[in-house]
Amino acid sequence: MTFRDGAVTFERLTLWQKFFRFNWGLALLILAVAAIGFLMLFSVAGGDVNPWASRQMTRFGVGFGIMVVVAMIDLRYWKLMSPLVYFGAIGLLIAVEFLGVTGMGAQRWIDLGFFRLQPSELMKVALILALARYYSWLPADRTSTLVWLVPPLIMMAVPVLLVLRQPDLGTALLLMTGGLGVMFLAGVSWWFFIAGGLGAGGMIAGVMISRGTEWQILKDYQYRRIEVFLDPSQDPLGSGYHITQSKIALGSGGVSGRGFMEGTQSRLNFLPEKHTDFIFTTLAEEFGFVGGASLLILYGLIITICFLSMASSKNRFGGLLTGGLTLTFFLFFAVNISMVLGLAPVVGVPLPLVSYGGSAMLVLLFAFGLIQSAHINRKAER
Amino acid sequence: MSKFSFRPDKKKNAPSMTRRGALILGLQGALMGGLVWRMRDLQIEAGDEYRMLAEENRINVRLIPPARGEITDSKGRQLAINRQNYRVVIIREEAGDVEAVLDELGRLIEITPRQRSRALREIRSKSAFVPVTVSEHLNWDEFAQINANAPALPGVAPEVGLIRFYPERETLSHIIGYVARVTEKDLTRADAQDSLFQIPDFHIGKTGVERAIEPKLRGNAGASRIEVNAVGRVIREIDRSEGVSGADLGLTIDLDVQRYTMERLGEESAAAVVMDVKNGDIIALASNPAFDPNKFVVGISQKEWDGLLNNKYRPLSNKAVSGLYPPGSTFKMIVALAALEKGVVSPGDRVFCPGKYKLGDRDFHCWNRGGHGHVNLRNALKGSCDVYFYDIARRVGIESIAEMARRFGLGVQHDVSMSAVRSGLIPTKDWKLAYRDQSWLIGDTLNAGIGQGFVLSSPLQLAVMTARMAGNGTQVAPRLIREENGVELIPEEAPSLSVAPQHLRAIRDAMFAVSNERRGTAYKSRIAEAAHAIAGKTGTSQVRRITAAERARGVFKNEDLPWERRDHALFVGFAPYDDPKYAISVIVEHGGGGSKAAAPIARDIMMRVLYQGEPPLTAYPANLRDDIEKQREERRNAKPPTEGERA
Repeated sequence: MTFRDGAVTFERLTLWQKFFRFNWGLALLILAVAAIGFLMLFSVAGGDVNPWASRQMTRFGVGFGIMVVVAMIDLRYWKLMSPLVYFGAIGLLIAVEFLGVTGMGAQRWIDLGFFRLQPSELMKVALILALARYYSWLPADRTSTLVWLVPPLIMMAVPVLLVLRQPDLGTALLLMTGGLGVMFLAGVSWWFFIAGGLGAGGMIAGVMISRGTEWQILKDYQYRRIEVFLDPSQDPLGSGYHITQSKIALGSGGVSGRGFMEGTQSRLNFLPEKHTDFIFTTLAEEFGFVGGASLLILYGLIITICFLSMASSKNRFGGLLTGGLTLTFFLFFAVNISMVLGLAPVVGVPLPLVSYGGSAMLVLLFAFGLIQSAHINRKAER
Repeated sequence: MSKFSFRPDKKKNAPSMTRRGALILGLQGALMGGLVWRMRDLQIEAGDEYRMLAEENRINVRLIPPARGEITDSKGRQLAINRQNYRVVIIREEAGDVEAVLDELGRLIEITPRQRSRALREIRSKSAFVPVTVSEHLNWDEFAQINANAPALPGVAPEVGLIRFYPERETLSHIIGYVARVTEKDLTRADAQDSLFQIPDFHIGKTGVERAIEPKLRGNAGASRIEVNAVGRVIREIDRSEGVSGADLGLTIDLDVQRYTMERLGEESAAAVVMDVKNGDIIALASNPAFDPNKFVVGISQKEWDGLLNNKYRPLSNKAVSGLYPPGSTFKMIVALAALEKGVVSPGDRVFCPGKYKLGDRDFHCWNRGGHGHVNLRNALKGSCDVYFYDIARRVGIESIAEMARRFGLGVQHDVSMSAVRSGLIPTKDWKLAYRDQSWLIGDTLNAGIGQGFVLSSPLQLAVMTARMAGNGTQVAPRLIREENGVELIPEEAPSLSVAPQHLRAIRDAMFAVSNERRGTAYKSRIAEAAHAIAGKTGTSQVRRITAAERARGVFKNEDLPWERRDHALFVGFAPYDDPKYAISVIVEHGGGGSKAAAPIARDIMMRVLYQGEPPLTAYPANLRDDIEKQREERRNAKPPTEGERA
């Protein structure tokens, strides 16, 4: 049912209509990428659905359900809920400080008994929701005024700082970049980004200079990662081990790979975190350049479909939400793959939809639910 | 309714979201292109290189040590074999509580506190799946005990390895030598490139044949290519190539003769070499005292090592090839041959010996103060007249003597497969100028004429010299290795001696006189049966200069001097005289006179060879038979000396 109120179109859709407008192509692509993940988890376990593949499939099933449910809920509800989600996520991030479980040298989880929640994952979606809500409310002529830049920056700064405290540099960078992406899409002036870029450059210089002084900003291991990134051969059995072994695994895959379940590097435990952050390596080892490039093409199709959805969105909230979430999704896999290819520091970012991990999978599907919801309601102008 | 409304967009004022989105999408596309390019670099461009790295990561080559070649005597009796070494290892991950398992194991076999702490230390430092040796060289009973109690000993595994064993112990310790663990120093050796050296606990030859023929005895390593994971655990064996066992060697040594020779040398610090005069085969080569090489294989204790090192009889040194002594009168045949060949003297020419030889204002004494009177070559050798040889040595000159000595293998390093074979010294004018920075004096020639002064030779060299005198006129070379893997080695044809046969005959005849005629210096050590008659030459070499004070006091008797200052006793000989087959040289360090200390030993050993066992008493001269029987009885009753006693 389409209503026209003056010049503005808004809709109230039946479940049946929503079902038709559901972006089936996107859902199929998601399923395809996740299936690659199942296959790889099966392989790294030495040809066994335990311990990873079966649990991952269960989670994906639950997550897919969440995506459909979220998609069926009207986008305007989500717009209404966005501050709640944002503050809820902030609350959880603070809670992690007190209740968190330390894993891999960082405080990231809240153990809920049946499920380990990583609030920083949820925060990635919450921040985008909040910023989309803010810019859909803000009149377009004010987007680039300095005063109106302050609230979104604060909205970004609070979770970024909280995540940095854990410390989780990767997620912090992802949050910031995602947030800036929404601001860019919303139309904030180029000058702001140029000034910001210069500022960030200065900050990085500051961070590097601060090393070894009393007010050292990053943890030692993060500095080491940066150093080893620049020259992994420095410490082939220590910090550089991840990258060196990852490159060996990737390289040995060649054009067509060593064959399913034939990847020696990953099966023989030369690869650390072979089922989580470094799963792309296993794929590239076993299916070679063809396999790795295929996954990248699938990812590329996902972001292209999402872009088309954004471009066709008649309302600002849905567009910004889709754009921001797509950018975050892109950052996930781009940073992860750069990392395993030895182009970025090892910063603990999982490969979206593929890496083993509960929070990331559920939050991602929640995000895709939002994108679907925006897609279904893209024709609504209000 | 208001709750559900979007604020109207002011699209006209805002920059296009689609345009900016497309910009981002373009950027993303470019980045992904970059990633694909990077993957192309790693996987397609450098793929082969990385695949190799991956293989190296994954594949470990584990060396399989080859079985060392075994050594037998000329009749196939075992001299060096590989014996099973029973040892017990423990694997931490299977043992669980290592201490408790070790306690349990300690009830079955003896585990010293040292073994225990060493094992525990090793267990802590290695991965859980690496077997650590607790104890080795177990006997069969202990090994069986552990096997029987295996269920009560989790993680304990009995293992069997190979270890070198020398069943003859002291008898051939200097010939065969021994193997022992590779040390840091060994790794700097030229042949240390072999990857086998890297195997922990690998044994290599350290002395003797074991060292000289090391590469052949060692064989080639086999290899097992195994797949390992990141912590080194073996996943599976990919393939395996068996190594090549080391070559089995057959020596020229006759174990019976060797055993008897060692036994006959008894308590003396002495050496003896028996050779075949025709083909140069070394039938026995003894250096006494000896040591048990097996102790070095399992690791000798510091105390035992110190005992061997500080023993004044030097049991570790192979005196037969590396002991250098002035040959004394045994050198006189060389001087005589040099003079005969040069034509400065003929066998019938006589020299008057008044007991000393005057050179300027210096007297060179004959051992016989009273003098020998007029002597020809035969009598000069028979009575070992020094004056005769002073005279002919001076006439022929040192260069001719040195040249003849080298033709007979003195001052030459013989290529026998033992370690530490030394070349001795035959002095010349050039040598003295180069090494002593002094010009040659006539007195030096006179001293060389009686095998003293600078002349130094080893028992092996003296045996070779004698063999060449007795043999078929060739420079027969000593040989120790007869067979390799059952195939007999054909020695190179020996070059001719280029000495006139009548001159050699004259020398042999004189040597016959030494042993078989009254007033010959070895007459008491003759062999009575004519068919086995021995011919030889005694020697007594001074290890010191007799001081003027000693001469004044008249202290000349060896028995009155401390052991270290007594003369060396020497004897060289061959037998049978009519058809020479074997040559022998014997030296008894500080034994006194050659006729008394060395000749009887040489005779007894030679008789063992000739009679292939204990000779009948009738082989001895009638007047000696009682003494011989008594000596035999004594030797039978004497228990073999042990190292501790010698030390």
